[in-house]
Amino acid sequence: MPALFIDVRVADDASKDGALAKKLEEVCPVGIFVATDAGVEISEENLDECTLCDLCLEAAPKGTVQVIKRYEE
Amino acid sequence: MRFYEYESKALFERRGLPLGRSRLAHDADGARAAAAEIGAVVLKSQVLSGGRMKAGAVKFADTPDEAASHFETILPIEVNGQKARSVLVEEKTPIAQEYFVSVTWDGRAKKPVVLFSDMGGIDIEEVAEKHPEHVSKTHFSTILPITPRIAKEAVGAVGVTGGELNRLTPIVFELMQLFLDFDLTLAEINPLARLEDGRFIVLDGHVDMEAEARGKHKALLEELGIGEDETRQARPPTSFEIAGRKVNEADHRGVAGNVVEFDGDLGLVIGAGGGSLTLFDAVRNQGGRPANYCEIGGNPSVKKACELTKLILAKPGVEKIAVMMNVVSNTRVDIVARGVIKGCIESGRDPAEVIAIFRIPGAWEDEGFKILAKYGVEYCDRSVSMYDAAGRAVAKMGAQS
Ligand code: SF4
Repeated sequence: MPALFIDVRVADDASKDGALAKKLEEVCPVGIFVATDAGVEISEENLDECTLCDLCLEAAPKGTVQVIKRYEE
Repeated sequence: MRFYEYESKALFERRGLPLGRSRLAHDADGARAAAAEIGAVVLKSQVLSGGRMKAGAVKFADTPDEAASHFETILPIEVNGQKARSVLVEEKTPIAQEYFVSVTWDGRAKKPVVLFSDMGGIDIEEVAEKHPEHVSKTHFSTILPITPRIAKEAVGAVGVTGGELNRLTPIVFELMQLFLDFDLTLAEINPLARLEDGRFIVLDGHVDMEAEARGKHKALLEELGIGEDETRQARPPTSFEIAGRKVNEADHRGVAGNVVEFDGDLGLVIGAGGGSLTLFDAVRNQGGRPANYCEIGGNPSVKKACELTKLILAKPGVEKIAVMMNVVSNTRVDIVARGVIKGCIESGRDPAEVIAIFRIPGAWEDEGFKILAKYGVEYCDRSVSMYDAAGRAVAKMGAQS
């Protein structure tokens, strides 16, 4: 089942940045970012586990990562 | 965690409590050999439940052949749904009088208590009701050193005096010591018999150990041959309870477990600092019929809360669930809210319909309440007591029937 509560988006350019992908994978406590050869992928399965810790926002250049609370939409 | 009689007696032996000669028999030949060695014997099925006598799982034998024959009769008998593990063949003793002694935990007094009666061998609750003067209750501290004086008080309180008092006191004292040394929740001897020659002897004993103490007493459990996978509950776990254990074990984050099955229609997702017991009682006191007991806490993942919710909703007869906890600090309200809502939706149920009440105040409650509001779930904060929240859930059950 798709995530109900949280969506995480990475800007197109940034999502292909291998170094950023590794950093995001490392900081997220619940495994939402997966570093691949192509850049970063989002683990749909883990999205709803997001703790809203903002570590990904701090690790990435401003505006490149968005954490969206679907229940506020 | 319950011990078989023969294991309880092995524990009693460590503290020098007086026991009759006995052998554990696993087959008819073993029973015959034991009786040949001991003489007249009583054969007792080794099950974790009471009611053996009534079920015909206790028999007396005067000869080895009779013992072997009784073994064959007793072993297949199920006592309260439990199969016998083995049969204890024990010396038959001429009894003059039976006593009861038990050390257990008094949750209200928050202290251990010694219960003693000079009317043993029968249901102690019945004795307490019909002959209260024959039952004493004596509390003791887990902090201060215990002394034989406390045991003497317990025995003397029902009018036992003289030599009998002096011989019973060390038995009761050793049982108290055993209770503390091995983190027991119950150490009981019933009956404790005075023989015709004046000696005292433990005829039957019952011991329960705090499940959390298993690690601390690993060496003892190994010595007694109690495997790590033996839960030793009063009854075998149901498939619902086994599934609950799997939900908890599948994810290391937090706790969503200790699921116990009941036969009601209101599913419970409850927990936090003793909250589970309080809330379970509150539901019952409000006239509700819980479908289960469980414990959540320590910030379970969304997935874990979701899977627990799905399990409870899949239980036949469950109409609604009540999601309630004490005020939480190390569990996040929004994470539990996400989990239970997801569990409802994945079960094909509307959270607004199926969640009778959500009462989890505390960490991240504002975020949690936003989620609940979005899905139309009735929720309340700490201004509504656990008891009243349980009442609201029960009222909704009444309204639908
Ligand atoms: S806010 Fe925290 S938990 Fe959520 S995606 Fe970012 S790093 Fe992961």
